[in-house]
Amino acid sequence: MSTGINWLKYSSPQAFYPLAGRLIPWFACVAVALMGIGLYMGFFVAPTDFQQGEAYRIIFVHVPAAWMSMFLYVVMAVWAGIGMGLNARLSFMMAQAIAPTGAMFTFLALLTGAMWGKPTWGAWWVWDARLTSELILLFQYAGVMLLRTSIDDMRRADRASAVFALVGVVNVPIIYFSVQWWNTLHQGASVSMATGSKMASTMLTAMLLMTVAFWLYSIAVILARARCIMIERESLPVWDEKAAVIQEAVEAR
Amino acid sequence: MQWGSASEFFAMGGYGLYVWTSFVATALCMVWEVSALWRRRVAARAEQRAALLGGTDETTA
Repeated sequence: MSTGINWLKYSSPQAFYPLAGRLIPWFACVAVALMGIGLYMGFFVAPTDFQQGEAYRIIFVHVPAAWMSMFLYVVMAVWAGIGMGLNARLSFMMAQAIAPTGAMFTFLALLTGAMWGKPTWGAWWVWDARLTSELILLFQYAGVMLLRTSIDDMRRADRASAVFALVGVVNVPIIYFSVQWWNTLHQGASVSMATGSKMASTMLTAMLLMTVAFWLYSIAVILARARCIMIERESLPVWDEKAAVIQEAVEAR
Repeated sequence: MQWGSASEFFAMGGYGLYVWTSFVATALCMVWEVSALWRRRVAARAEQRAALLGGTDETTA
């Protein structure tokens, strides 16, 4: 290991569990702080949009939620792929932990999009390429979760949902590039690698703060869910119990 | 700052319903997710503890 840290050490649930437990409060605290600053900037510093009026402020939750919905799907598929390749149970547990949060952000992206669409387009929903592919993403998350719960054998459930997640990853670039590939009602990217940002700098700052906050929030809840999954799935997860409880258990036997 | 009063702030230039529904729904989802995880953790740990303390016929022999 050139880094001097034995990363493989954390690939076992026993080592990962306490590490995650120590990290969660930090991610959660910074997420709450950044959300506070982001909301303050979004509502009190960022100016009114000259075209969309105050309705544009929905982007401060819509864009971060939409980015997270796509990003989390890719991360889930990567964990599923690593799990398939290395047959690593921690990877499958991480993939399992990501799905509900990803589904939640997909739902929020669609809901807040409808809230923006009604006043700006005059319609809650249109069958446009961007919206339709994002709706399909919600069904994909649902499929990954349903496949897991419908198969009793844990190893088969892991593999089936991993295959489903991996095949579905093709939809992510379709969502991302849909506004370029098709003539859609959804507006093009406001922030692009090639052309930079078309927004006022305070708007952009508020949106990026909210995005980082959503990231950190996601990491915190996913680690917390992974810990729950480890307790539920491992046959004898004594490593989390306090010494006194284990002692009590030993004496009771 | 562009808001003259609190009511102006909540009205959001006539888009209040849409803006606040978006933000409140997001907040509710996050609060619900955290509380659901908290309950899941409490339940999982209770089960784990019961298994550890109660034991089964094979382990208590």
